Amino acid sequence: MLSESIYGNYETAWCPGCGNFRILAALKKALVESNLTPHEVIFVSGIGQAAKTPHYLNANLFNGLHGRSLPVATGCRLANHQMPVIVETGDGCTYGEGGNHFLAAIRRNINITLLVHNNQVYGLTKGQASPTSDEGFITKAQPHGVYAAAFNPIAVAVALHAGFVARSFAGFEDHLTEMIKQAISHPGFALVDILQPCVSFNKVNTFAWYKNRCYRLPETYDPTDWSAAILKANEWGDQIPLGVISKNSRPPFEAHFDCLGHTPLARQQVDKAKLKAFITHYR
Amino acid sequence: MGRQELHVLIGGEAGQGLVTIAMILTKALVRSGYYLVVNQSYQSRIRGGHNTFAIRVSTEEIIAPRQRLDFLVALNQETVDWHRTEIAPDGLILLDERFADADQRCVKAPFKQFAEEKFANVAYLAVLNKLLGLDEQVVFQTLEDYFGAKKPEVTEKNRQIFSAAYEWASGRNLPETVRLAPVAPQEHLMLNGNEAIALGAISAGLKFCAFYPMTPATSISLTLQAAADDLGLVVEQAEDEIAAINMAIGASYAGVPAMVATSGGGFALMVEGVSLAGMTETPILIVVAQRPGPATGLPTRTEQGDLEFILHAGHGEFPRAIFAPTTIEECFHLTRKALILAEKYQSPIFLLTDQFLADSYRAVAPFEIDALDATSVGSSPEEVSLPYQRYALTDSGVSPRLLPGQSTHLVVCDSDEHTSDGHITEDLTVRILMVEKRLRKSAGLRAEVTLPEYQGDNRPEVLFVTWGSSCGAVVEAAAELRLRGHRTAALCFAQVWPLIPDQFLSYLQGADNVVMVEGNATAQFTRMICRETGLDLPHRILRYDGLPMTPEYILGQFQSGGF
Ligand SMILES: Cc1ncc(C[n+]2csc(CCOP(=O)(O)OP(=O)(O)O)c2C)c(N)n1
Ligand code: SF4
Repeated sequence: MLSESIYGNYETAWCPGCGNFRILAALKKALVESNLTPHEVIFVSGIGQAAKTPHYLNANLFNGLHGRSLPVATGCRLANHQMPVIVETGDGCTYGEGGNHFLAAIRRNINITLLVHNNQVYGLTKGQASPTSDEGFITKAQPHGVYAAAFNPIAVAVALHAGFVARSFAGFEDHLTEMIKQAISHPGFALVDILQPCVSFNKVNTFAWYKNRCYRLPETYDPTDWSAAILKANEWGDQIPLGVISKNSRPPFEAHFDCLGHTPLARQQVDKAKLKAFITHYR
Repeated sequence: MGRQELHVLIGGEAGQGLVTIAMILTKALVRSGYYLVVNQSYQSRIRGGHNTFAIRVSTEEIIAPRQRLDFLVALNQETVDWHRTEIAPDGLILLDERFADADQRCVKAPFKQFAEEKFANVAYLAVLNKLLGLDEQVVFQTLEDYFGAKKPEVTEKNRQIFSAAYEWASGRNLPETVRLAPVAPQEHLMLNGNEAIALGAISAGLKFCAFYPMTPATSISLTLQAAADDLGLVVEQAEDEIAAINMAIGASYAGVPAMVATSGGGFALMVEGVSLAGMTETPILIVVAQRPGPATGLPTRTEQGDLEFILHAGHGEFPRAIFAPTTIEECFHLTRKALILAEKYQSPIFLLTDQFLADSYRAVAPFEIDALDATSVGSSPEEVSLPYQRYALTDSGVSPRLLPGQSTHLVVCDSDEHTSDGHITEDLTVRILMVEKRLRKSAGLRAEVTLPEYQGDNRPEVLFVTWGSSCGAVVEAAAELRLRGHRTAALCFAQVWPLIPDQFLSYLQGADNVVMVEGNATAQFTRMICRETGLDLPHRILRYDGLPMTPEYILGQFQSGGF
């Protein structure tokens, strides 16, 4: 039996009370319950407080640039499609700087688990608005309140027929654990947008704010009904739905490559006979 | 007898089938055993415009493109108007009889009689075949191979048009001024620079390429894509260049030799990724096929204007190597070397070419594939000391690289400054150790530099110094100047960084005059040489009109330059 201790216990650089702690705890649980040992998973992250998460785990980790975790993860997954690849990132990192990569990864449906710590603010750079900040949200950089409409990652992901789209909340650790587990086991692109209170810079969307609004989708909700999901995806405000909002069985990107059939690319060698045959085209 | 050498230019609008006949003719020439240098010039549009495909053919090996034409094949009148002054006085022009051109050098053929407009290019090919005196079987076989995959009706139609036009030409008393001297057939490959890069990369073990289309680099990725199913490669068109380089870095981290190919504008977007590869010590091959900038510049022309950009691209300090192949063979071999060095030194390594070289077809001797080794990726888990540290401090600066998932050791890489085990740190003592560790790799890279090549007289009156694709023109210009009675030499760099003065300073000091030759306006390589040697090199021949360096251009500038 695996236990969470296998994932280690590290000192973090997070503020006391930050939602990230609960996400880390849920993540460890989900990994253990998914029966994954540390060397069997690749974590990829960008830059931000959220992106530091894998540093606080025993794991294979590529901590790259701000916004660029999805392309790196895509490369990892294509090189070794037998390893689960999990991306840990913030709302600024993935929906802002990496917005184009977010769209492309969904369209590819590459088998990656994307865990977005969505605190509706930039934490590491000290409190500027993020793409998910609500309209009117006041910061030092947006003293008159955010003018732009908030980015709705769930609605965008559903609209693009993402393989698996879920929302959870750092305050509901069990629910979050369950969502992460399902995301990891989904054979395709899986987004879990995690509402994460930032106790230092977001004084509006606090633990209490989320807790009072979040509700779990009823058992009767059918995430494979795309039209229903579109409606659900647009629910935000007094009522915020949690759970698997949408899912489908589009084939994962990797399945299109014959050469990835059995052996990961990372274990394949040049076939000289085939290369010689290919070169005859240039005769 | 026939000619030992000939410069043919085929010109017309895009969409007239110009590239098709030019490619078939070029391949037939290569199969026949001739050597050649192709210079393609096209405009940034899909239909119309003025496009040319110039084939310099020779019975001997040649390396440079030329300006003066012996034979102009004009698919439209405009081609004659554009190029009339470049044609030698005893040259020849082939064009359709519809065009009422009075030039004495014209040979006119009733192409319309053989084929409707769409197939006129096949009729041109047949008449060319006759004028050049090539083996009809070889040319027709090449034509058939070219259309091979198409429907039998198409082959039959081609056969009819080809025969009719060939018969017409056989029944005329056509001039023999562009007939080629016969040669023995050869098993040569017909390859352009981009194809040679792709094949070189595959032979060295490449398994992953991500790209975003940008002329003139795109055909590298397309060549890889054409090989992908057979050879087990993944080639992915990324959402942008930023994604492309990050994907390649991800693939490399997970254990796959990876590359990206782009041009200056796309590379500008990749720069943050270069720095990421430098910091995370992830092997990656970055190919930049130059075209004139700034910004979108001249999309389909050539220049050597991005050297200093590549040299300095990426923030922070880390070692790198930059190759600049001078020939198609070097495109193959230096790509191999670059990929192998990237893995060995866990660094970003660059290959810098340009539109001229990218699109320039040549006859290339087949490669000894069996004798070529591929890069071996990562260290073996048994060799590493424990606990495993991805960035262990070593004398060479190169740390043992394990691959995630291939052992129980964890592989931790970070774009932030990191400790030996790969985790973020703000410990400034560790920072110093890590900077020094990374920089120590430059000693290894310096020890493996491809030497510049010196050709010509000792203690010359004139030493031409150049790099990359301009080398061929420079070597030929030096040879021509020697025929005019000067002691000359050429010094050609196929690797432009690191520069090691001990390897070439004596050549520079031993010449009466050093003339620097480059395809850019500000003498970027000259500045690099001056900086590294402390010399002052005021004599420069620079070209930045979008066209490749030619011997004629160099000699013209040399004469008027008063060096
Ligand atoms: C290219 C680039 N631009 C900007 C930054 C600065 N930066 C670091 S983290 C960050 C935003 C982080 O916000 P988010 O992704 O929401 O993560 P959080 O810190 O809130 O968890 C920014 C702008 C950077 N590191 N790199
Ligand atoms: S700034 Fe906000 S997100 Fe970052 S650690 Fe502190 S509370 Fe958490």
